[in-house]
Amino acid sequence: MITGILNITAELVNEPTRKGFGRGLKKAGELDENVVAACADLTDSTQISLFKEAFPNRFIEIGVAEQNLVTVGAGLATMGKIPFVSSYAAFSPGRNWEQIRTTICLNEQPVKVIGAHAGLSVGPDGATHQMLEDIAIMRALPNMVVLAPGDAVEAEKMTLAMAKDKRPNYIRLAREASPVFTSPETPFEIGKAYVFREGKDVSIITTGLMTYNALLAANKLAKDGIDAEVIHAPTIKPLDSKTILESVAKTRAVVTAEEAQITGGLGGAVAELLAEELPTPMLRVGVKDRFGESGKPSELFEKFGLTPNHIAMASHVVIDRKG
Amino acid sequence: MTLHELELKANLIRQDIIKMLEHAGSGHSAGPLGLADIFTALYFDIMKYDPKNPNWEKRDIFLLSNGHTVPVQYATMAHAGFFDRKELMTLRQFGSRLQGHPERTKLPGLENTSGPLGCGLSQAAGIALAMRMNQETHRWIYVVTGDGELNEGNVWEAAMLAAKYRLNNIIAIIDRNYIQIDGNTEDVMPLGDLKAKWESFGWYVIEIDGNNIEAIIDACAMGRAVGDKPIAIIAHTIPGKGVDFMEYDFRWHGMPPGLNDVSGDPPKENQTEVALKELRTLRGKIKSEGYYE
Repeated sequence: MITGILNITAELVNEPTRKGFGRGLKKAGELDENVVAACADLTDSTQISLFKEAFPNRFIEIGVAEQNLVTVGAGLATMGKIPFVSSYAAFSPGRNWEQIRTTICLNEQPVKVIGAHAGLSVGPDGATHQMLEDIAIMRALPNMVVLAPGDAVEAEKMTLAMAKDKRPNYIRLAREASPVFTSPETPFEIGKAYVFREGKDVSIITTGLMTYNALLAANKLAKDGIDAEVIHAPTIKPLDSKTILESVAKTRAVVTAEEAQITGGLGGAVAELLAEELPTPMLRVGVKDRFGESGKPSELFEKFGLTPNHIAMASHVVIDRKG
Repeated sequence: MTLHELELKANLIRQDIIKMLEHAGSGHSAGPLGLADIFTALYFDIMKYDPKNPNWEKRDIFLLSNGHTVPVQYATMAHAGFFDRKELMTLRQFGSRLQGHPERTKLPGLENTSGPLGCGLSQAAGIALAMRMNQETHRWIYVVTGDGELNEGNVWEAAMLAAKYRLNNIIAIIDRNYIQIDGNTEDVMPLGDLKAKWESFGWYVIEIDGNNIEAIIDACAMGRAVGDKPIAIIAHTIPGKGVDFMEYDFRWHGMPPGLNDVSGDPPKENQTEVALKELRTLRGKIKSEGYYE
């Protein structure tokens, strides 16, 4: 159990994770002059604009050309730079996966790929822009680190950590403002998962914005007499198997939750781990092999089954399966 | 080296390409043979580098964009002293540093990893932008790309960016050999007036005979004097250059000697021998020069 989690039943500030990224990148730029940035015509909405204003000579406007975006990044890294390259997740890594594979991962260049507006919560833009497959495709790449911050404060810490990490990194960010429930005191380290709430009956393992929903679900479950453990996994790859296995050994029931396709996503990663190390009753909350559609984030979360209620229901089912 | 010595060097590199490919039993013949003069000019006259210190901070950068032609780069690097020529015979074998397509992390002296086409110019642009941020001057970035490779959209994204930022230390050498795997380039996907295309994208274009070493050296010297634009050298080469039965024939794009069963060619088992004999004697014109035991 870690410290620094705010009381989620209190009134919380809402802020999009991309804002935390923007602040973190500007700080990273102040700390290390090798940090540089490039963007594919989405400077404001990916919040890389803060860096651009602070360091205009270290910013490159690529235009709407995502293949070029990441390969230019590979070139910058060849010269010792630490490039942060941003677009929407649907386009980067959606469109340029092969360039990321060859010129960044196989080439072992520490390029930081920023996939903004990921997940269903991009809302009205519809299925074309609701990137749900990014975790799966990035997780499949050797050498790649895959990250999804739970809120804007964590996104800022994550961005600073990315600037120091020597590996290729992918971070998925959301457009929608979401509750800030961690604080500067909450620990963050790439590669670690954290027990945000201790419990003994079920392990709810989550990433990104879904961690907040999981904490709400745990409160609901408490009213039914169920003591849920919530594990926040902001690093999806490499997965913190030690923390997860310790929790699951105790609870013997698992629910995963993510705002992405469960196939190959965090749910896939946890299922792979448990199938080999500790077979356990498990359900995956997330998008189930479908495309999204236009609507408000709340409407979409209801339709696609991502609300705290859905997580609580799934928890009841896996606890029943324990027998 | 004198021009004559450079020409002989290119010929030795071609012989090594044939032997490497025959030994590997797979790989591309036509492109590497056609590029031997360009690689010889780059590594033995044009570029600044130190084979004993491949990361020398003042070196020029060489990027191979069409990675499948890497046998010519390996052979040239061995001749230039990056590693022993004996290692060339490990091409494409298990445990070799000479991967079927070039991997930067495997072999010192390689600056990029390529094979999937269309990425070299983007990487060059990133390198040029980093050099500019570092205020590093007098460092040149040479990129070799294929002409079939220009089918890739990524190339034109990079072409726009390099012109926008006036990346005047990039010299792209386009291997205009008119072949790709499925046929002649103008049948597979017409490239049309390449010079006009690159000029309209904002590049300074020089068109040369890419098998003429003197022309290659002169074109790079002219390119370095341009000043306000990136430079594209459209180098017309003969695919399979130096081996009569391979020249101009797209069927030799992706085949090593000893495997291609094409009517009119020497029998498979004799292809390597015939190719080497032609190269050693410059098709019978000379008796001894450039001969390997």
